[in-house]
Amino acid sequence: MAQVSLRKIVKAYEGGVQAVKGIDLEIADHEFVVLVGPSGCGKSTTLRMIAGLEEITSGDIAIGGTVVNDIPPRDRDIAMVFQNYALYPHMSVYDNMAFGLMLRKFPKAEIDRRVKEAARILDITPLLDRKPKALSGGQRQRVAMGRAIVRDPKVFLFDEPLSNLDAKLRVQMRTEIKKVHQTVNTTTVYVTHDQVEAMTLADRVVVMNHGIIEQVGPPQELYHNPATKFVAGFIGSPSMNFIPAKLEQASGALRLQLPHDIVLDVPASRTARYQPHVGKNVLFGIRPEHLTDDKPTDKNNTVPLTLKPEVIEPMGMETLVHFKLDGTEVSARLDPATPASVGAPLSLIAHMDQMHLIDPTSDKVL
Amino acid sequence: MASATSTIGADQARVGSLQRFARRRSSIAFLMALPLLIVVGGLIAYPAAFGIYLSMLNRRMTAFVGFANYEILFESDTFWDVVFQSCFFAITAVLLKALIGFWLAHMLHGIPDKGQRKWRGMLLVPWVIPPALSTLGWWWMFDPSYSSINWLLSIISVPEIPWLGQPWWARISIIIVNVWIGAPFFMIMYLAALKSVPEQLYEAAAIDGATGWQRLRYVTIPMMANIISITVLFSLIVTFANYDIVRVLTNGGPRDLTHVFASYAFQVGILAGNIPRGAAVSLFMMPVLAICAFFVLRGVTRRNKEQM
Amino acid sequence: MSATTNRDLPGIYHKAGSLRAERRWALWSAYASLSVAALIFLAPPFYMLITSLKTSGEIANMSGNPWIVREPTLENYWAILENPLFLKFFVNSAIVTACVVALTMVISVLAAFALARMRFWGSQVLATGVFLTYLVPDTLLFIPLYQIVGGLGLLNSVWGLILVYPTLTVPFCTWIMIGYFASIPKELDEAALIDGATWPQMLIKIFIPVALPGIIAATIFAFTVSWAAFVYPTAFVTTPDQMPLTIGVVSQLVRADTFAWGQIMAGALMAALPPVIIYAFLMDYYIAGLTAGATKG
Repeated sequence: MAQVSLRKIVKAYEGGVQAVKGIDLEIADHEFVVLVGPSGCGKSTTLRMIAGLEEITSGDIAIGGTVVNDIPPRDRDIAMVFQNYALYPHMSVYDNMAFGLMLRKFPKAEIDRRVKEAARILDITPLLDRKPKALSGGQRQRVAMGRAIVRDPKVFLFDEPLSNLDAKLRVQMRTEIKKVHQTVNTTTVYVTHDQVEAMTLADRVVVMNHGIIEQVGPPQELYHNPATKFVAGFIGSPSMNFIPAKLEQASGALRLQLPHDIVLDVPASRTARYQPHVGKNVLFGIRPEHLTDDKPTDKNNTVPLTLKPEVIEPMGMETLVHFKLDGTEVSARLDPATPASVGAPLSLIAHMDQMHLIDPTSDKVL
Repeated sequence: MASATSTIGADQARVGSLQRFARRRSSIAFLMALPLLIVVGGLIAYPAAFGIYLSMLNRRMTAFVGFANYEILFESDTFWDVVFQSCFFAITAVLLKALIGFWLAHMLHGIPDKGQRKWRGMLLVPWVIPPALSTLGWWWMFDPSYSSINWLLSIISVPEIPWLGQPWWARISIIIVNVWIGAPFFMIMYLAALKSVPEQLYEAAAIDGATGWQRLRYVTIPMMANIISITVLFSLIVTFANYDIVRVLTNGGPRDLTHVFASYAFQVGILAGNIPRGAAVSLFMMPVLAICAFFVLRGVTRRNKEQM
Repeated sequence: MSATTNRDLPGIYHKAGSLRAERRWALWSAYASLSVAALIFLAPPFYMLITSLKTSGEIANMSGNPWIVREPTLENYWAILENPLFLKFFVNSAIVTACVVALTMVISVLAAFALARMRFWGSQVLATGVFLTYLVPDTLLFIPLYQIVGGLGLLNSVWGLILVYPTLTVPFCTWIMIGYFASIPKELDEAALIDGATWPQMLIKIFIPVALPGIIAATIFAFTVSWAAFVYPTAFVTTPDQMPLTIGVVSQLVRADTFAWGQIMAGALMAALPPVIIYAFLMDYYIAGLTAGATKG
């Protein structure tokens, strides 16, 4: 039973630099929450404040209903997995996992039972006698997780645990972490800069930037309904195109005036929503996957446009094509079968039901 | 811990306990560092200050005489001999140690790795033997009637050298022994530095067309500049303040011409019993040491920054 | 690598041959320099050994090569080992060194942990101060210390030496321990904090085992320095039965009128043996400690 609540958390360093600027977050019991954002956004600091490794400048953190501001890490009943694993190099895998229990004076038999159980879950039983030096990156990662699991804490904290692994192993361990969470079902706070990790692992994603929370929500929600330009650009890869445009009224419908005299019709379903912004300069946001080649099965709510490719990147399952529109980079995801060549006009369609409009002054999605 | 259940908004109470927590940690830390503080303060800083005070007393240490001890020293020929000998000894010996050390480190770096350990092991022996004891061996080798060095030199028809009997030869002897003891230290330091120069730099330089000498000049030496200066300055301090070799080899003789600051201070302060004047002699080392120490510290700090 | 290409394609890469010659020349000159250096560096201890194996008669005999021994004998070693004074020197050195090493390691490990990890007011200044005091030579301090030790009534006593030797060992040992502790990743103590360790537990269960190579290096340093210390015992001890080996061998075995060179050399070699043995067995740690001052910290 452990929900985690952050209330108006501020972290200021000497000299007045604020790493975290008063955030509020409620994490439910058993929930897997991922804090994601670029480096320096305050996500790690937030995690470390939950762990008790950083002091809180102001605000309150409660774990399982108890305010833990003044409680040292060892009494918070949390476990943490570090980016560099932080395994004790002089101890065997077994001792690494047993250390926390030993310090808490658990009986030997209980320690043994828990370590073996965790080793079984993580499939590291044959490694128990080894020293961390003799392990591969993925194995170290498992031991670090094992050290957290044996403690059976109220909360798991993960600080960029996959950053030190190569791409292939990262995907594997990602699945592993998700599996472990499904098995032990402990409340988890996970920090990463990788939005793919965030999307795949999280029950809810918390997008942070410059020490504030931009948006909190389930992965699909963030993808389909980003609240700010930052979230829109951060979630999804390649990231969303932002094209300066002007919203105009044209005989009952709305339309967008883009550079190069490109005019796109706004779907009727959005008319009411965008009506108050007619005549303003806006940013037209559309994901590359919603800017596709001109052979859709469902022509509903699409508009055609023609652009000249600048760079073409075949990826195998798709082809990324990059254009330039008055100094704005625009990319599209095409079927690899579509013939495209640099400089030759290419007809595309924009799936306007997936469009976003952003107010360039407030960076809010309209 | 009792404040764990404190309600939200009890700001003042919390700030208090946070501070208490931080203060407790630093008082534990302070306690742990206290023995060090006692050693540094009581046995290094205090004696240094006490030495300055001592040097301003009269011989019986009953009256304060200001700079009289220093003035007497300035007027003494022996003192100026000591100044000359200390500087000549330190500069010559350190230069030779640095050059020989660098050369040997470079040679050692050039041979296959598996042989390096063995050679390094042999070449560091002079540094490992307590200097007072190995100097005793040298003294025996310099012995006027039984000199085994002269015997070797006589094979190539070099006339007998009065190693410790004649002032200049005595000075050279002291330098030889100091270089013999200290060169291995330079070698080890430089070898460690050479090993830390990334191999790719040499490969890049080789592809850019650098010859062996140019690689040394433009890659090795700049990369090692910091460690070279740290080692040289450090050795300058140690050599300048050396006592063991002079004490065992010549004890200042012949005719007080091979005294360095340390041995002269010992002679005046402990043996002749004029403690204040002895303290004054040793304090003359201070300015040189302070300048060296400043640059060593700067070098080490800079090096630490680079490594971060 | 070029050697193998050379073998495969001799026609095209004939220039590689000169590269190989250059390398062989470099290697040859390296071995030549190292051999000469080794000869010179090892000659004095070798000559000490030769002398210690000679009878007094052979030493006094000035004809012939002094570098070889004709009638090797261990009589000098037996004589010196039966000399109660020499044995007393040895015991004094052992007592002083053991106490100083223990004191030094306790002081410097505790202080280094506090300075490297626990950050308190003035800790940065203190760390720099420690390094500076390492640069203060003993010959600058021995006269005031003579007064201080005399004031405490500890002149002519091994206890006086135990009191002052830490000035030689503590600053450097603390400095390199700070370096070793600082190189332990911060996450390791954070993991220990979360695992429930207190500060002392963290030091004993994590830092000391992980920094063991550093601790061994610092211990070796403290040992060799206190064993070889010369200025302080020369200044503070004049009664033979309180002398440690260095000054004992130099001042007591060398009696102005009758130089028993064989015995002196045997004594000096045996006095030098403990640090040499430690060096022989723990060379890597010894060298790590030597280079740590400038490369760590």
